[in-house]
Amino acid sequence: MPTATYAGRDVVVTEDGFFADPEQWTEEMAPELARAEGIDALTEDHWRVVKFMRREYEEKGAGPTVRVLGKTSGVPIKQLYLLFPKGPAKVAAKIAGIPKPHGCI
Amino acid sequence: MRRIVILGGGTGGTLGANRLRKALDPDDYEIVVVDRDDRHVYQPGLLFVPFGLTTIDDIVRPRSEQLHRGIAFRSSGIDHVDLETETVHLGDGTTLGYDVLVVATGAALVPEETEGLTGPGWMERVFTFYTPEGAAALRTALDHFDGGRLVVNIVDLPIKCPVAPLEFTFLADWFFRERGRRDQVELTYVTPLDGAFTTPVAARTLAGLLGEKDVELVTEFNTGAVDGEGGRLHSYDGRDLPFDLAVVIPLHGGQPWVGRSLGLGDDLNFVPTDLHTLQSKARPNVFALGDATDVPASKAGSVAHFEGEVLAGNVQRYLAGQELDGSFDGHANCFIETGFGKALLCDFNYDTEPLPGHYPDRVGLPLLKESRLNHLGKLLFPFVYWHGLLPGRDLPGVHAPMPTRGKVVEETV
Repeated sequence: MPTATYAGRDVVVTEDGFFADPEQWTEEMAPELARAEGIDALTEDHWRVVKFMRREYEEKGAGPTVRVLGKTSGVPIKQLYLLFPKGPAKVAAKIAGIPKPHGCI
Repeated sequence: MRRIVILGGGTGGTLGANRLRKALDPDDYEIVVVDRDDRHVYQPGLLFVPFGLTTIDDIVRPRSEQLHRGIAFRSSGIDHVDLETETVHLGDGTTLGYDVLVVATGAALVPEETEGLTGPGWMERVFTFYTPEGAAALRTALDHFDGGRLVVNIVDLPIKCPVAPLEFTFLADWFFRERGRRDQVELTYVTPLDGAFTTPVAARTLAGLLGEKDVELVTEFNTGAVDGEGGRLHSYDGRDLPFDLAVVIPLHGGQPWVGRSLGLGDDLNFVPTDLHTLQSKARPNVFALGDATDVPASKAGSVAHFEGEVLAGNVQRYLAGQELDGSFDGHANCFIETGFGKALLCDFNYDTEPLPGHYPDRVGLPLLKESRLNHLGKLLFPFVYWHGLLPGRDLPGVHAPMPTRGKVVEETV
């Protein structure tokens, strides 16, 4: 698997750029990850979502979908799209260093 | 006397109850099935109703008549389940204690969760074929639709029978060609996925078919609102898609009663369930199957069927104090009707995506390839459903574990 460097540290990532090992993630890496996704500055609202994703992953072993995020994070879906225009669940998962949310079959 | 309560008399609940009744001594075990009504809908039939290929009357039978002798049927809604006291609180105010509970109440449609979907234009210009009423209303709408843009839209996953919207699109192409109106109808398939389907090999085949049938494919469209009056789908990322007729597959969730039952469901009211044993994560004496669970398998009758075998065995093992069998592999198979008397067949599980080849063995029905044989299979299936699958019989050649012998694994490119 490829590696990438964030906050001066090498991490293993999947083909589409998600962390292969979420343990390697630190908060210092988030701004750099966000810039790569076209988000220049992480606001308090961005952080709220990123931290929520991280907590959900730690509790349940998977990041939430946009719909669940809208229901449970306290941030409505419309606002989630304003924060992460390219797709809240995917982009926030990438910035939070957790695996890509599973598409259901 | 110990009591097994099965909530839901659909595909999973019925075949689960029938399998358990055959296996357990009626002198020792009482089995009760609860459902809010006595109408068992053969749900795969809903797809054919809008095209006049079947009617609602043809696909509905009494639930109670599908249950073997020795199974009690209670027609009542469910208020909630109290896991602490092992009691089901029914909608009619009575209670039902259980030794083992099986949740088989399926998925619920929640169209009201999408802004505007059930507003002006709903059931006039915006329809769904996922309910008997919707499918019947759509039949009239299609008969009168003489031109313009028809969009088929999946709001978000999970949905029941993830291939049904594609089948609807293929059949719509056939329907308008047969009537000589295809050149006046623009067909557009609008999905939140990045392709025609979730898995790569099938997505390629199905996108190819959409192209051949002159259907426009719009991907990564996350529907945020539906404007039935103005004839527009709005996506969360600001795209606008005009339509003259919209066929929308609404958001799905588990049943509201699951949400009212402390500790049983997840954020969407699905029941967190062990992938392989079908025991719920809430309590060891609570099991779940079919669309009601959160397992990452298709929400489809075939899955409920394959789960039924494992579930019935595990309920018996649990009652006998034995270790559960963790053999359910997520097996699903489905005929995909493609119009003009042809169909594809898909066969897959948790780990193996739908692949080409043959089912169930090297000689058999062609997989991921259009054929008349598969269409005949689909036509015969209602008979198999009512007379083989629901009664809990083992179907010859069709087993719970996914077969691999007939499948062709592609070299990765």
